[in-house]
Amino acid sequence: MGNYILRRLFQIILTLVIFQTLLFLILDAQPGDITLQYLTDPRVTPEIRDQMRIALGLNKPPIERYLQWLRNFTTGNLGISFSHYPRPVLDIILERAPRTIVLFLTSTLVSFFVGFVLGKQLAWRRGGSFEYSMTMVGVVLYTIFTPWFALILIYLLGLRLGWLPVGKFLDPILWRDAPVDANYVFARLGFTGFVLGVLVAFMWLSTAGLSPVRRRSLRIVGLLVIIGTPLGLWALSDVGYLAGDMLEHMILPVAVATLVSFAGTMLMMRNTMLETLREDFVMASRAKGLSEAEVRDKHAARNAFLPVFTNLIISIPFVLSGGIITETVFSWPGMGLTLLQAVQNEDIPLAMGAMTCVGVLALFAHLFADVTYAFLDPRIRYQ
Amino acid sequence: MAEITKSQLSGLTEPIWRIRLRLLRRSFIENWRLFREYPIGMIGLGIIAVFGLMAVAHPILMEYVWEPRVYDPVIGYDISILAHPSQPSSTHILGTDPLGRDVLSQLLYGTRFGFSLGISAALVSVIVSTSIGALSAYYGGIVDVFFMRLADVVIMLPFIAILIVLSALIEFNGLSLALVYGILVGFGGQTIVIKSQALSIKVKPYIEAARAAGGSDGHIIFTHLIPNLMPLSFLYMMFTVTGAVFAEAALSFFGLLNIRMSWGIMINTAQAAGYLLAGPEYLHLMLPAGLAITMLCSSFYMVGRALDEVVNPRLRQR
Repeated sequence: MGNYILRRLFQIILTLVIFQTLLFLILDAQPGDITLQYLTDPRVTPEIRDQMRIALGLNKPPIERYLQWLRNFTTGNLGISFSHYPRPVLDIILERAPRTIVLFLTSTLVSFFVGFVLGKQLAWRRGGSFEYSMTMVGVVLYTIFTPWFALILIYLLGLRLGWLPVGKFLDPILWRDAPVDANYVFARLGFTGFVLGVLVAFMWLSTAGLSPVRRRSLRIVGLLVIIGTPLGLWALSDVGYLAGDMLEHMILPVAVATLVSFAGTMLMMRNTMLETLREDFVMASRAKGLSEAEVRDKHAARNAFLPVFTNLIISIPFVLSGGIITETVFSWPGMGLTLLQAVQNEDIPLAMGAMTCVGVLALFAHLFADVTYAFLDPRIRYQ
Repeated sequence: MAEITKSQLSGLTEPIWRIRLRLLRRSFIENWRLFREYPIGMIGLGIIAVFGLMAVAHPILMEYVWEPRVYDPVIGYDISILAHPSQPSSTHILGTDPLGRDVLSQLLYGTRFGFSLGISAALVSVIVSTSIGALSAYYGGIVDVFFMRLADVVIMLPFIAILIVLSALIEFNGLSLALVYGILVGFGGQTIVIKSQALSIKVKPYIEAARAAGGSDGHIIFTHLIPNLMPLSFLYMMFTVTGAVFAEAALSFFGLLNIRMSWGIMINTAQAAGYLLAGPEYLHLMLPAGLAITMLCSSFYMVGRALDEVVNPRLRQR
């Protein structure tokens, strides 16, 4: 096992270098550079633009800049952003990444859960009208043209009915005389969410051994306590209304990102579940006299869970970059929008930094998925 | 000594092509029966057929019914209407866009474009992924390691962002977009799936039999390995069509493509002129194009799902 991980780590480093080379090549081969933005500004003369180029190091040959990037990267220095000069790239990423992570991690987990439950049912009720109608709805939502779908939801819920804000991260008027800044509230919101998740999972697992009747009431009480306490604390604090504003802005993007992606998990779960249902142990557990729900949930679904779970782990890194379209339509200032703007402005360090972060995470997630696979399925061994 | 022909060798009385044709026909009927059991696929096929009719209808309508000066999807303009965009009327069934062009004509033209883009992208990706998957499964070793690590890299690239960067390098038109998209998909995830299938075929007894009978590597790859990969490749073609149509619409929506007219451009035009969220009276500007993109993407995806039921023996009910 240790040997396997070592070999994989070596491959990861190699892949990462190839990935960065490819990225740098593509990004640097774009015609023009960032200084061309000021072409129409009469105050910025060609001499000044030349000065800017020298200051940003753009006058050096590409190979030199590439080697410098690699050197800096190995020391953990991602350079300085061109378009947000003189902010370091790492600083920008650390500010934007949490916003994206909160948004898309929520939607990924929700869509994974919904997809898991629905996919299980689809396989179980194969061939019925439930399966066909659900698959139709799922496929249409999965392949729907996301910007269009988001705009329609914004139009209906935001403009016509006025229930939800139409976009952006917060309401500037509300925040004008706020005592704290957005990152302060957001960091605490994210932390609350994380603690909530851990507590709920802990409660769920610790009550799993109890009898079903006691378990249900205990779980309901537990959920109410765990969710109610932080809600009350936030409401009592003097920044509670600001947090509420942020949450309100999150509803639509999370809903869109969930609706367009849950069908992926659902259809995959259906297929693996269908394979599992043909196994002998399913028939054996039926013959044992277990109820249908128990056969489905405890015997078939748990064994079908493995590939779906791997897929979840592999898809989590792309949480960082995956939301370009959603973030653009909702003007959500996260990684996707940052990446898009960096690419369009030819802010090479920022684009490289953002994509490299995603790349590193993706590679380690692949490794993590392979290793957990060996733990979850004792039949798999790596040499 | 009389020359021994191929058919004499194997004791066959009819030419080999006729046998192949009959086998092909039989497997087609068998697969068609399996395909029909899954209504999702039939719905998808139906929608594709409707889009096919729409694509065919456009040139005919332009030739015989519509006045090109008024109804051309790109340069048409109706001077008899004072203010554009206009509401749906008897002359313009879906109204006109902010530049005075007929929306229905654009929609039909976009169908043609979407179809050709999706299918050419799917062809490119399937050629790339099948050949690379077969080669790296058959030869293994360094070829395999190289292409699989390359696939890892390609999977990590954020698609939309990379296409946006590339749109600065390449003047994307329909064909070059299909080519780039097909190559990205072909070298990426699709290769991994095809390769794992090829690996399971490689160890089948008939491959060994072919090798024992003296078949060369090329012969085995082209007459045994690749034909058996075809069903899976065909299945993935459907998903590539969906992806390509979606990618084109997204790029057009951001205004990055250099093409005459497409569904994405229709939405982009409505957005650029500020009619996107203007109210229900301007719904005809974005509803048809968005629906068309969604329906075309869904229909190919549904056919793909149904083909999955046919191709993937583990999913069959028997």
